[in-house]
Amino acid sequence: MESIYNLGLLIVLAPLAGAIVAGLFGGTIGRKGAHSVTTLGVAISFVLSAVVFKQVVIDKVGILNQTVYTWLVSEGIRFEVGFLIDQLTAMMMVVVTFVSLMVHIYTIGYMSHDEENWPAGSRAGTNSYQRFFSYISLFTFSMLVLVMANNFMQLFFGWEAVGLVSYLLIGFWSTRESAVYANLKAFLVNRVGDFGFLLGIGAVLMTFNSLDYSAVFSTAELHKNLTFSIFPGSEWNMMTVIGILLFIGAMGKSAQVPLHVWLPDSMEGPTPISALIHAATMVTAGIFMVARMSPLYELSETALSFILIIGAITALFMGLLGLIQNDIKRVVAYSTLSQLGYMTVALGASAYAAGVFHLMTHAFFKALLFLGAGSVIIAMHHDQDMRNMGGLRKYMPITWITSLIGSLALIGTPFFAGFYSKDSIIMAVGESSIPGSGFAFAAVLAGVFITALYSFRMYFMVFHGKERMDHHTREHLHETPWVVTLPLVLLAIPSVVIGAIFVMDMPFGNFFGEAIYVAAEHDVLATVGESIHGWWGMALHGFLTPAFWLAAGGVFTAWMLHRKGLDIAVVMKERFGFVYKILDNKYWADEIYAKLFAAGGRGLGNGLWKVGDVALIDGLMVNGSARVVGVLSGITRRLQTGYLYHYAFAMIVGLLALFSLFIFR
Amino acid sequence: MNFEIPNFMLAMPEIFVLGMACFILILDLFLSERSRVVTYLLTQATLVGAFLLSLGLYSSARELTFSDSFVLDPMASVLKLAVYAAVFMVLLYSRRYLRERGMFRGEFFVLGLFGVLGMMVMISAHSLLTIYMGLELLSLSMYAMVAMQRDSRVAAEAAMKYFILGAMASAMLLYGMSMIYGVTGSLELGEVSAAVAGQGSQLILIFGLVFLMVGVAFKLGAVPFHMWVPDVYHGASTAVTLYISTAPKLAAFAMLMRLLVDGLGALQPQWHDILLLLAILSLGIGNVVAIAQTNIKRMLAYSGISHVGFLLLGVLSGSPEGYAAGMFYAIVYVLMGLGGFGMVILMSRAGFEADQLEDYKGLNERSPWFALMMMFLMFSMAGVPPFIGFWAKLSVLQAVVDANMVWLAAVAVLFSVIGAFYYLRLIKLMYFDGPLELSPFRPSPDVALLFSVNALAVLLIGLFPSSLMAICRQAMGL
Repeated sequence: MESIYNLGLLIVLAPLAGAIVAGLFGGTIGRKGAHSVTTLGVAISFVLSAVVFKQVVIDKVGILNQTVYTWLVSEGIRFEVGFLIDQLTAMMMVVVTFVSLMVHIYTIGYMSHDEENWPAGSRAGTNSYQRFFSYISLFTFSMLVLVMANNFMQLFFGWEAVGLVSYLLIGFWSTRESAVYANLKAFLVNRVGDFGFLLGIGAVLMTFNSLDYSAVFSTAELHKNLTFSIFPGSEWNMMTVIGILLFIGAMGKSAQVPLHVWLPDSMEGPTPISALIHAATMVTAGIFMVARMSPLYELSETALSFILIIGAITALFMGLLGLIQNDIKRVVAYSTLSQLGYMTVALGASAYAAGVFHLMTHAFFKALLFLGAGSVIIAMHHDQDMRNMGGLRKYMPITWITSLIGSLALIGTPFFAGFYSKDSIIMAVGESSIPGSGFAFAAVLAGVFITALYSFRMYFMVFHGKERMDHHTREHLHETPWVVTLPLVLLAIPSVVIGAIFVMDMPFGNFFGEAIYVAAEHDVLATVGESIHGWWGMALHGFLTPAFWLAAGGVFTAWMLHRKGLDIAVVMKERFGFVYKILDNKYWADEIYAKLFAAGGRGLGNGLWKVGDVALIDGLMVNGSARVVGVLSGITRRLQTGYLYHYAFAMIVGLLALFSLFIFR
Repeated sequence: MNFEIPNFMLAMPEIFVLGMACFILILDLFLSERSRVVTYLLTQATLVGAFLLSLGLYSSARELTFSDSFVLDPMASVLKLAVYAAVFMVLLYSRRYLRERGMFRGEFFVLGLFGVLGMMVMISAHSLLTIYMGLELLSLSMYAMVAMQRDSRVAAEAAMKYFILGAMASAMLLYGMSMIYGVTGSLELGEVSAAVAGQGSQLILIFGLVFLMVGVAFKLGAVPFHMWVPDVYHGASTAVTLYISTAPKLAAFAMLMRLLVDGLGALQPQWHDILLLLAILSLGIGNVVAIAQTNIKRMLAYSGISHVGFLLLGVLSGSPEGYAAGMFYAIVYVLMGLGGFGMVILMSRAGFEADQLEDYKGLNERSPWFALMMMFLMFSMAGVPPFIGFWAKLSVLQAVVDANMVWLAAVAVLFSVIGAFYYLRLIKLMYFDGPLELSPFRPSPDVALLFSVNALAVLLIGLFPSSLMAICRQAMGL
């Protein structure tokens, strides 16, 4: 136990140290120093995380739940920093540090010409390379703090810290107006989610009078029927309130409808962070959080149903938007949104293990897809429009083959990682009986077809067909350097095998032990698991499921269209103008938010500013009282005449005043 | 007649300072103008020696000697140590200032030492007569110091006002003492205390108390006995202002404690009301009138008056915690006051007094470091955390709230808010206004170093206030 504790400290602090060194002394140690120190820090974290994973999951030495530091104790409530390292944490630690390490290596290649992205002589552009490394290491630190927390306060700290770094990185190219807009948008939308999250933590504190996970979870059952009146006359189950409020936080962080609008725009950031933060790790924090809180969610079917429906909407409707995008990164971004919807659906169906399993496989293949897209972008000289690509297969064999693997994993081809996790989710939802599960089942099935369609539309547009780029770009097309392709290969391996390795343990076995709690009447995975016999059998059976045929249909459709030289976006625009308009405007979510909330908020602010602040507070109270004091000061000052006899008189008056205190009382 | 040999050991620091002062007075006659620095160094050595002696004598016991008219208790020791340190810094600050104005003469130092002796006697006094003797020794030294700048009309006017008003206050104090003596038949504070406790609150005692209070309030500069403060601080040369505005406040605090707590403790309900009136008036007038000042020395004078109001708040709560808070406030005020007037000395040079607010405009452009240091001091005086001034105000307010006078704490905070204006105005002048002169600012290194140490101390002690607070609480027997 002691050794895990020490390892935990090292794992958390190594990336932080790297971030500090690269951030504060970036100018001194130079580019090479910065990427060496941060990559080393994360590599240490990864190796040690693997050790912890072995000890906790394979050797089963037990679960570490220990306080590191007590910040303060207020009225019996302890605010602490502490580690809870169980199977769930260990799995997350390995995934986070592995993807982060890959992204660190990849960034060396991707950002090597970063100075070209800044206007000449800009101050923010100096040492931007070092700063980028500092940020991604800082992100790794924050994410580890989040997943290793053993209490809600630290969870919240990590939650906000990853949000902060995400904000910094989306707007990394701070001289671009679109990047600044995007990071502001991400920040504001996350504020909405975090507001709910904070209220949720407040509700936990109110109910349990503790912020410690173990204290809260162990007594959750006792508060099952506690009710709470939000408005007079409306009684809410406390567990439902807590569950929904915490999930609102997850909706912001994991970009669920209707708080999804920030994620596509976050693609303004450099591609490595799109892979690390906005695909593999940070956006899955919401999924992780709900899984961690399973003992609370199991007590409220209403909250689960809410989660299920939100997830299903996200999975289906965000996937649809991916169909008509032409920016390579945006296609992957919408696919991320849709896959996050799948994970959320799993959570709603109480198949937490399947959701977290999909989180893990998705982290690998989605990071792979993003980094593959980044590799293409490098080769295309930072042109991201797929209409200008085509036929890249010949020029970039490694990127081509790894991207193909990633796409196959994403659409759920049997034997690939994505198949096992996605099929577990689909089957689990099919077994679920909580309200909304019928709709969710239909949505995730339809989503399979859509996913295959847009994934292979992208694949064919980029790697096959006519070479549509201009002459100059074509001449310079070549495979990217090894620092870029190595992470692709290293990510491609788990994208193929990780599902088969863990499928019998993670969703259908007892991998998570006590870390995830499922009430017996909700345990759909156990029901599904009865009919699963080994990874080989599951994959073979996979060929017979409707999901497979839907995916195959999607690929076939994409291929047919591609062969005819048609693009689905163009086809839809011509044949189904109305649908295209809806999708092109992304269901008008941005417009509604901008008009209603942003403009409304500004209007309200303006009104309060003019009436409340300028007129009342500034004018009447602040300046008014200041004027009174000023006048008073001017008058009193005259008492100081400079004449000695006035001074003496004042003393006599003072003496008499003191006497009068006692004589006339 | 029973004659008892007093314990001279307890008064060793006083005897040492007296001896050294006389020695320096005579030695100075034989020194040439060029070797005047010897006087300065000897004076500083005397303060260091006295510091060591008092430190050696420090004990938590309370001992009386000289027929019970002299007391040495922890409060006396701590206050004396603070006085030496304060005067040491005053002289360090003023050396160059005095030289540039032809005032670097033996008299300044000898008078300074006699003033220190007066303060020591006041602090350790345990009879009405000893108190009076110390007070007069201090006052006469200070009158002369103010008047030392003979060719300056404002200085002469200030000295004249100070002397006459001081004499009036002295007379009233003495009159009050005579009444107390008349009722109790003793000058020694212990016997006075016992007699007053036995007699109850007779009108004659209350009259005596009021007259005593006039004397003390005058010394502290509490409203309405404050009229001399701005004129004298303004008129005297900055070095003298630095002297009279700092260390004597510690002695005055000791006098307040000796007279009211040690002597007239039984009249607490009565002096509580008097202090309440004085405190509120001081807070109000001090803070409000400071706003209208354009001269920084006058502004600091009014600021000092308002700080005295706070100090009185600590004492009037009538609990040992309150006394400790008052003492803490007095020491902190002296530290901040040294910085405040030290800043004027730092900025001044031959032929330029730097005593107008506009002289500080745009200081940040000329010297960011000193602008920062001054900002520390101003924030501390305004009571902004984490500077020491915040803790001083907080501990006093805590004592007031504990005495169930929340309304009074609210009043004090309100006036502090008003007071924040003129501190912040100086910061605004330094940081947001353009400088009147563009020449780089080159203070002499020793003053610059001392000032930086002073300002950083305000921050550092503010970050770790508990040790100083613990000393004050110990001194009050807590």
